[in-house]
Amino acid sequence: MTEPAPPLVSLQRVTKVFANGVTALAGLDLDIRAGEFISLLGPSGCGKSTALRIVAGLAKPTQGRVTWPTASSLDHRDDIGFVFQEPTLMPWANVADNVWLPLRLRGLSKRDAQGRIAKCLALVGLEAFADAYPRELSGGMKMRVSIARALSVKPKLLLMDEPFAALDEITRFRLNDDLLRLQRELGCTIVFVTHSVFESAYLSSRIAIMTPRPGCIAAEIKADATGERGLNFRTSPRYAALCQEVSRLLISLTSDGPV
Amino acid sequence: MTTFSPISAARQGTLLRLILPLAVFIAAIGVWEMYVRRHAVPPYILPAPSLVAQTLVADWPLLSASLFVTLKTTLLGLGLAVAGGVALAVLLSLSRVVEYSLYPFAVVLQVTPIIAIAPLLLIYMPQDIAVLACAWLVAFFPVLSNTMLGLQSVDRNLLELFQLYGVPPTQTPIARLGSRLKALWLLRAPAALPAFLAGLRIAGGLSLIGAVVAEMAAGSAGAGAGLAYRILESQYRLNIPRLFAALVLLAVAGIVLFLLLSALTHALLRRWHESALTLEA
Repeated sequence: MTEPAPPLVSLQRVTKVFANGVTALAGLDLDIRAGEFISLLGPSGCGKSTALRIVAGLAKPTQGRVTWPTASSLDHRDDIGFVFQEPTLMPWANVADNVWLPLRLRGLSKRDAQGRIAKCLALVGLEAFADAYPRELSGGMKMRVSIARALSVKPKLLLMDEPFAALDEITRFRLNDDLLRLQRELGCTIVFVTHSVFESAYLSSRIAIMTPRPGCIAAEIKADATGERGLNFRTSPRYAALCQEVSRLLISLTSDGPV
Repeated sequence: MTTFSPISAARQGTLLRLILPLAVFIAAIGVWEMYVRRHAVPPYILPAPSLVAQTLVADWPLLSASLFVTLKTTLLGLGLAVAGGVALAVLLSLSRVVEYSLYPFAVVLQVTPIIAIAPLLLIYMPQDIAVLACAWLVAFFPVLSNTMLGLQSVDRNLLELFQLYGVPPTQTPIARLGSRLKALWLLRAPAALPAFLAGLRIAGGLSLIGAVVAEMAAGSAGAGAGLAYRILESQYRLNIPRLFAALVLLAVAGIVLFLLLSALTHALLRRWHESALTLEA
């Protein structure tokens, strides 16, 4: 084995205890390497979202450390794009203004941001909807706007918290493919929280299976990162085998204890 | 947005909503007029609508001057209530300490029946100022409480987005205040708009009521020239047609105020808020 490059982000023995005494995470270790597509897979309540929020800096770990070995600055917010479970758009602002928000908060005027906004909307295929309001869009389109907004800051690390959970399967498949294309084009690293075995197996280069009470990573599965995705992969025996492996592992790891 | 459900049906609905109440109104007026004529009810008991209309025209110089006085009080009171209510709501939303120390007093002001304060205000203040203060007091609270509710009802995730992209890493008190103001302007203000406008519509009606109540309290003390005073004066003189005419003007003023505020609400919210959606979608 060759010596791996230092990780982009490293979580070491991260523990999170909430104010009400609930231990959400206990001793979580995770190295996120540049270019990876990591899925955090697990049942609800296993601390997946908490782990993601800690990486984003939205929550502080009670114990343990989050380090960015290759970064020079202490402020990593420029490197992070965050996509929530809901689209979380401002209903009073049109699509372009919603995508503008992160740039606007950094003091970029609409005129200066115009090019970047148009580019991000083109990336998610919504260039024709810049003037539309969120309520005029479908659920999938809203999520696309949300992704475009996260991309507007040119993040190295894209954090996604069950972004497609509320969408229908057909839309989800399309967004899965689009997301993989975006990663290829932009070369960013993605950490993707999901409770879907099939989604994680389809998207990831690595799947981290999390178990609850207290939340930690119980197993990691290397998935085929290089293979071509699309309908062929979705119907291939390779994909079926991967899903089977992940499902087996997930069930064996989470079978003890109440559901 | 592409589904144009039958437009004619939508238009028919609007037409019906206009025509039906109008028909009921005209029928009621007709019954009233017929009743008065058939039974020869004397005008000091119940004037016919036609007589009220005649009085309205004949007494127009007097009544219009009174209408102007009452409207001025109402609008000025409403304007001051909006300015004060919004300013206080913003202040309360920026600082917990201010909220805890001031909000209970705003509630006390609200739950005290204002008509009980009016005589007191009339002792302490010149008459026109006291009437204005009354209108302001009753209109103030709905603006304050609704704006506060709106300012607090921002999507949590959007606030986190602000945390992620907005707050500077070094946290000096001034930087913190700056980021709060930014969040206020970009997030909380637009999120509060629907609730604020709902409060404004309530406040518009209440401001008129406050003005009338205060005028009545003042009117019994002798002076005043607003519509409420005209009503009291007509009552003393048994000039019931004029009393009705003044009532009509008050009602019309209230309706116009409500329609104006509703139109304002629609203009501001029609692109994005659920409440402004009609038959489409």
